[in-house]
Amino acid sequence: MNFLFLAPEVSVIVLALAVLLLDLVVRNKTALATIALVGLVAPLGFTIAIWNQQGTFQEALAVDPFSVFFKVFFLGIAALGLLSAIEYSDRFPRYRGEFFALILSAVAGMMLLSSATELMTTYISIELMSISFYALAGFLKDQKSTEASMKYLLLGALSSAILLYGMALFYGLTGETTYAALARELGSPVSQDRAVLLLALSLVIAGFGFKVSAVPFQMWTPDVYEGAPTPITALLSVGSKAAAFAAILRFFWIALPDTFPIDWSVLWVALSILTMTFGNIAALVQSNIKRMLAYSSVAQAGYVLLGLAVQTEFGRSAVLFYLLAYAVTNLGAFAAVIAISNRIDSDEITAYNGMAKRAPFLAAALTLCLISLTGLPPAAGFFAKFYLFSAAVQVGLAWVVVIAVINSAVSAYYYLRIVRAMYLLPADQETAVSAAPPTVAAVALASIGVIVMFLLANPLIALSDLASRTLAP
Amino acid sequence: MGLLTVLLFLPVAGAIALLLLPRGNDRLVRIVTAVVTGVDLVLAGIVFFTYNVSAGGIQFTERLAWVRIPTTPQFNVDYYLGVDGLSTPLVLLTAFLSFLAVFISWNAIDTRVREYHILLLLLQTGVLGVFMALDFFLFFLFWEVELIPMYLLIGIWGSGRRMYAATKFLIYTLAGSAFMLVGIMLLYFNSTQATFDMFALANQNYAVPLKTLMFFFILTAFAVKLPVWPLHTWLPDAHGDAPTAISVLLAGVLLKMGAYGIFRILLMIFPDQMRTYAPLLVTIAVISIIYGALVTIMQPDMKRLVAYSSVSHMGYVLLGVAGGVTGLNMVGLNGAALQMFTHGTITGLLFAAVGVVYHKAHTRQIADFGGIAARMPVVATVFLIAGLGSLGLPALAGFVAELLIFLGSYQAYAWAAVLGAFGVLLATGYIMFMYRRVFFGPLNPRWAHLTDADPVDMVPLFALVAVIVLVGVYPTVLTRVFESGLQPILARLGG
Repeated sequence: MNFLFLAPEVSVIVLALAVLLLDLVVRNKTALATIALVGLVAPLGFTIAIWNQQGTFQEALAVDPFSVFFKVFFLGIAALGLLSAIEYSDRFPRYRGEFFALILSAVAGMMLLSSATELMTTYISIELMSISFYALAGFLKDQKSTEASMKYLLLGALSSAILLYGMALFYGLTGETTYAALARELGSPVSQDRAVLLLALSLVIAGFGFKVSAVPFQMWTPDVYEGAPTPITALLSVGSKAAAFAAILRFFWIALPDTFPIDWSVLWVALSILTMTFGNIAALVQSNIKRMLAYSSVAQAGYVLLGLAVQTEFGRSAVLFYLLAYAVTNLGAFAAVIAISNRIDSDEITAYNGMAKRAPFLAAALTLCLISLTGLPPAAGFFAKFYLFSAAVQVGLAWVVVIAVINSAVSAYYYLRIVRAMYLLPADQETAVSAAPPTVAAVALASIGVIVMFLLANPLIALSDLASRTLAP
Repeated sequence: MGLLTVLLFLPVAGAIALLLLPRGNDRLVRIVTAVVTGVDLVLAGIVFFTYNVSAGGIQFTERLAWVRIPTTPQFNVDYYLGVDGLSTPLVLLTAFLSFLAVFISWNAIDTRVREYHILLLLLQTGVLGVFMALDFFLFFLFWEVELIPMYLLIGIWGSGRRMYAATKFLIYTLAGSAFMLVGIMLLYFNSTQATFDMFALANQNYAVPLKTLMFFFILTAFAVKLPVWPLHTWLPDAHGDAPTAISVLLAGVLLKMGAYGIFRILLMIFPDQMRTYAPLLVTIAVISIIYGALVTIMQPDMKRLVAYSSVSHMGYVLLGVAGGVTGLNMVGLNGAALQMFTHGTITGLLFAAVGVVYHKAHTRQIADFGGIAARMPVVATVFLIAGLGSLGLPALAGFVAELLIFLGSYQAYAWAAVLGAFGVLLATGYIMFMYRRVFFGPLNPRWAHLTDADPVDMVPLFALVAVIVLVGVYPTVLTRVFESGLQPILARLGG
């Protein structure tokens, strides 16, 4: 047993517990956030220490550059999320310790999920992440937040049950739980009962589909995104989504053999078209910025699903790069929304009118992030979309890409509604809007990231490429 | 760092410099922008005049690897710049009009001056990039870079239904370029070389149905931008409601992106499809010319009148190209290329002159005016020159271009050339009609205190008049450059 393989996740859990315990003694609660942030250096160090290793921990957790890619990714998300949550957590001063600790445990769940290469481990990792988020969604304790938490819990439990049922069917068919063994068994002609396989596969897709808010499993998304504390919405929209995509990639590529009798690519294509089209159309009519970003995240998931349908390593690497670009961009957008909404105490898009004058930096940064989400240069989203759609065209899915690019053009309409409110419309009041330094730092870091990932796309695409090619059982 | 890179990114550097300037000093912002665009104009002039016409081909080449993903399938993007006889005049035109835009905006823009000039500079980089990029990825990138600055420039500083116009402009262009994006990817992944290099792609062999599909995908983007009937409806809104300097740039150089795309991409990569579908293009061109001119006559608003006339004038570009392709003659192609330049200067001048009148009188309705030539002799004279240029009077730039287009297309499509010439008659109608009602007749007493253009307004007016006359009298200065760029294209067509 190589415990170093488990060290990144263990150190995050230890950090979470340390934050909980220190909460009892430390009076200055911002110090807690600082500890949590600085403490992330330890798991980062452990992760980097195993970056070129290939192996498993007890056949349950795979260690490969693929999982290292995601772990560093999640730690970065955690850092940006914590930064933007510091000021926001003033809204529940008594529970800050628990808040930061739960964020860390959710991140531990994501990290485990990117490595999980066995059915039970996958399920437990998902639950670790999800249960943390159920609690986090309700932290504001107002009506909407409580509703969000409750809704997420109920529907989340339902989706977990569906996922578990699918996994149970796979286990029943093969008698195996590790992905490597599953692939071996499913490849043999004995277990090729198409009907049961199709049922099992559909249940697993439905379960994962809930986590990535693919249509028709997206109904929880807008309410939860609107009601949850905004930093949690940010983490949900990038972290839990990316973790679920990591798990999907590993399951579909490792557990399902090449000889698998069902062409799952078609399923992802169908889900992708539904998801991006529904997300974009629904986003058009939103008046609340958090709900709009919720539907936008549904649409963005639709593009990533298209990447899943591309059954090549190019497609996989495009999914990875897309998730990276999307995460930085969306975190930046949410950080700016946190900074602005915290002061004006409203999430309505009309409240953003004239924001370019009241908060020039935040407005410019938010605009950059929205440009990136639209997929326009000079931003990370441009490269990510180009690369992802290229992968689809390369395998002959050009017709789906046509649908996707038209969707992108439609999405420009609602993303630019925010830009329009901020730059084109007059403000109803002139008072300047300023944010606390940590939030501004999060916005600035993400904005720089959006530009840098555009200019220096090459090393990042190369990393995604490497990670996607080393996906191992 | 090569000359083109400096020329391309100097405006961005200028925009960053503007960010660092102290608040509230609008005059300084204008001066800095004028200096930056002025230096850029000098650089563009150096490129234009040191370009070796007799040698021809791509010059001032700069090539750097940007993205290199060596695993199969390879994904390679180059930062690949270069200019030839086709692009150097357009680079010069862009730098020239951007420089003049600062002066056109001098009195007209008095709110959020710093933001305005930052966006103006970013816009300039986007447009210059389109004319210099030789890597299709890079071309597409710059094609899209220009959108957001233009959206904001129309939306913030425009008039009338500015937000509607800005959004419509953006969505139309995006929808068009969406198809181009798919076309580019199909070109890349169906070639044997992993490159976005336009010249390498031009030498690839593709199956005919696939190539036809790609042709129409990419044509869509250019047809929206040019624009041709029936994809033109964003143009009158955007041009009509944009601030004056932005209308000048829209008509002057942004429409040329579409025309340039037809030359650079469609003629070079899809010569067979261009030949096959030339009759279709000619038909669209003639409809654009006649329909555009008829709608122009109906306009009660001076600015919208000038805006609509662009639909008609860009139809000539398409007519010249399609006529030249079928007739395999240089004349039509050269006329179309020249029309890109002359339309940029003439319509730019019309917009600038309308802008001066509007700034003084705060109305653009033709019916509100009458006899203001007495109060604004300079503007009236300049307006007359621009109007005569627009309707194609000899010795002015527009005449040469349109004559070449008719000569070139007459061989292959006599009916189209005749109908096109009819468009010139209509143009005479709308220009003279407007001119008479605005500048002649008894002076409307409302305008008794109207003053002539300010000195700073005269800079762009006189500069544009000078260029229009120069090109009209001595068109060779441009045609020989265009010809060197068109020679290889004609050779590919088999002429």
